[in-house]
Amino acid sequence: MHASTSQPPQPRNVDTLDRAAAPASRLRFTDAQIEMAHGAGGKASRRLVESLIAPAFANPVLAQLSDAAVFSLGGTRVATTADGYVVKPLRFPGGSIGELAVNGTVNDLAVSGARAHALMATLIVEAGLPSDVLRAEIETMANAAARAGVPIVGGDTKVVEHGMADGLYVTTFGIGIVDQRASLGPDRIVSGDRVLLTGPIGDHGITILLARGDLDFETDLHSDTRPLWPFVDALLEACGSGLRWMRDPTRGGVATALNELVRGSHHAIAISEERVPLRDEVRGACELLGLDPLHIANEGQMLALVADNVADAALAALRALPGGEQAACIGEVRDAPAGMVIATTAYGGTRVVDMLVGDPLPRIC
Amino acid sequence: MAIPGQIVECNADDPLFAKVDVAGVRRTINVGLIADPGIRPGDWVLIHVGFAMSRIEEDQAREQLELLRMLGEEMPAMEEVRGYAFSDSPEAPT
Amino acid sequence: MKYVDEYRDPQLIRNVVREIERQIDPDRHYRIMEVCGGHTHAIYRHGLKDLLPDNIELIHGPGCPVCVLPMGRVDDGLSIVEHPGTILTAFGDMMRVPGTRGTPLEFKARGSDVRMVYSPLDALRIAQNEPDRHVCFFAIGFETTAPSTALTLLRAKELGITNFSVFCNHVTIVPAMRAILDSPDMRLDAFIGPGHVSTVTGCRPYEFVSRDYGKPIVISGFEPLDMLESIARILVQLREGRAEVENQYRRIVPWDGNIPALRAMAQTFELRPYFEWRGLGFISQSALKLSDAFAAWDAERIFDVPGVRVTDPKAAQCGEILKGVLKPPQCKLFGKECNPEHPIGALMVSSEGACAAYYRYARIDEPAAATA
Repeated sequence: MHASTSQPPQPRNVDTLDRAAAPASRLRFTDAQIEMAHGAGGKASRRLVESLIAPAFANPVLAQLSDAAVFSLGGTRVATTADGYVVKPLRFPGGSIGELAVNGTVNDLAVSGARAHALMATLIVEAGLPSDVLRAEIETMANAAARAGVPIVGGDTKVVEHGMADGLYVTTFGIGIVDQRASLGPDRIVSGDRVLLTGPIGDHGITILLARGDLDFETDLHSDTRPLWPFVDALLEACGSGLRWMRDPTRGGVATALNELVRGSHHAIAISEERVPLRDEVRGACELLGLDPLHIANEGQMLALVADNVADAALAALRALPGGEQAACIGEVRDAPAGMVIATTAYGGTRVVDMLVGDPLPRIC
Repeated sequence: MAIPGQIVECNADDPLFAKVDVAGVRRTINVGLIADPGIRPGDWVLIHVGFAMSRIEEDQAREQLELLRMLGEEMPAMEEVRGYAFSDSPEAPT
Repeated sequence: MKYVDEYRDPQLIRNVVREIERQIDPDRHYRIMEVCGGHTHAIYRHGLKDLLPDNIELIHGPGCPVCVLPMGRVDDGLSIVEHPGTILTAFGDMMRVPGTRGTPLEFKARGSDVRMVYSPLDALRIAQNEPDRHVCFFAIGFETTAPSTALTLLRAKELGITNFSVFCNHVTIVPAMRAILDSPDMRLDAFIGPGHVSTVTGCRPYEFVSRDYGKPIVISGFEPLDMLESIARILVQLREGRAEVENQYRRIVPWDGNIPALRAMAQTFELRPYFEWRGLGFISQSALKLSDAFAAWDAERIFDVPGVRVTDPKAAQCGEILKGVLKPPQCKLFGKECNPEHPIGALMVSSEGACAAYYRYARIDEPAAATA
């Protein structure tokens, strides 16, 4: 564990217990019942959280609705996060539910500027699950935790009746100390900041979509799940306070993460489509299925907004790391059109990049 | 949604089916609609809902791109282009 | 990607844009309808409006199969999966289309066996693999998709697979175009013709557009370069006072279409006397049903579907938008009650629908777009 100094830096975007509570959401949740879309990470999910869940628990830390809750504990800036994992199939090329559960939580802390110090894991197991399947996931989790350098220090196990769960659900909780170099937050973004991406997008989402088997496509793709802390560490070192904001674009993809950043703000983000790293197979699958790669989930990529004057150094730092070779600057922060993400094409066309609505469904006919 | 793909493997057991590749994504599709005069690995086809709908004519594609490239050239060449394709109906029904 | 990237080449696109600028009459307003939903999607997806002169207005036509499907037909299709032992299969496009009691996806979440398939042949394979269940394929689409359903039916018959059926909602594009051309408030100058439909139908069925209505029509591909070239060809025709059927998409579309595909359709389908189109109303001889020879595979006959009719809310102005009389944001419900998450009107349902495409991709103020 890092020793905490007696006077940790107190940027205004964190350590917010004394901050005025954000105004209560004006929205009221009017959907009659919960549908799958409410869990898909797009607009419906956002509405559920903002208008039904968050108002009930209203407090200044929660009001930020970021990947991890950052607050002060005994003078130390601490980040905590919890995440539930429900994935079908449990194992897929390049990963499995156990690996996602470890990396996902480690990454939610990492993009908040915190190195994970401990994880806890809750397993919800469906009766009838072969013990070998569970054993394999436990081993996977242990390996993933070792790779990320974080111990799993506790948890819970529940078994539900057959038919009441899809084999195995995993929930992980993580805690870390916010790195002293970090001073992150959406309110630190200024026009001219650069948008960096650590590598090719869509590998995870397309791998899962195809692994379900009902489309019957073959590819050599595999999930990109991995811990992101090495990238965060490199950016903190290269950029210092020029590192403004980070996010791992999981469900809803790059489009949703960037939209959540600028929504309701005075900023816009313009990305240049041809600069977004993308594997041929992901592009091929997206063209075949009418999907937008910007909406596809990632488990091992990160978006970072950095000040213009440190962008080159940041990019060099990312590219020097294994797995960061294809890191790219994909766009910039602008003043207009405020609150929106737009994409420009090499030939001069412009389009709005919207948040995902529901799960990405193939457009086939 | 229809997208170009390349035949990579014909099915010896059932000639109605063949494997196509779209940028590294592969799938078996039905080629019954373009079976005459026969398909070979390397052929490009238009894929829609698991069927090859049409064979892609390389010559036509090349001709079109050449025409559009010439549009950017200076006046004499452009006049030629106009005469060649834009003013005359390029493919009069017969 | 071969046959994709060449058609997004910035230099060639600049060439064609310059040709459009050379051919255009700056004092004239052009109203061009792209018939096909795939074109509508491409226009927004590639930001093509930014490349076109302001006096070219693109009107989004009726060629989105999901959008024109009446809500009652969705209810009818979903009633099938409520029969014990049935599996309903559909393309991903259908999964979020609402009936009065929910979408196929919502039925699935509540326990119905609704499965997404990539091909009707996959639905047939499920029937082969699960002989104790009945597998129904919810067929939608224009002439591009209808042959795949036809070939699947022929294969089912050949293999003697009896636990399979088709709920047929295939429609044909020409009667819808004629309905739009016959509409008294029609104000179109030309058409960008449907590229993929024409791989099956060929170019001849559109001759009536130029012959009877004096409008140019250019059958077009879907890449930016294809669509811009088609617009340039339309402008040349208009400038020269011609109205002809042209085939811009010659690398894919044979003038005479795909004869085996048309033959398979003739073997399996017959025209319905009339069919309801969402937003356009009843259009005679505009849709297909299974022929008597395939009655044993016809879900409408097997399951006695209720034949639900649901009228869209009066305030939704889908018909006017389809005909090009109104633009999507001019509809009273656009972006308010009617949005992609909760579509009320037909055109908000699929991202190929004019309203959904407009909502998703085009809500930038013009000056802001110019600085982008």
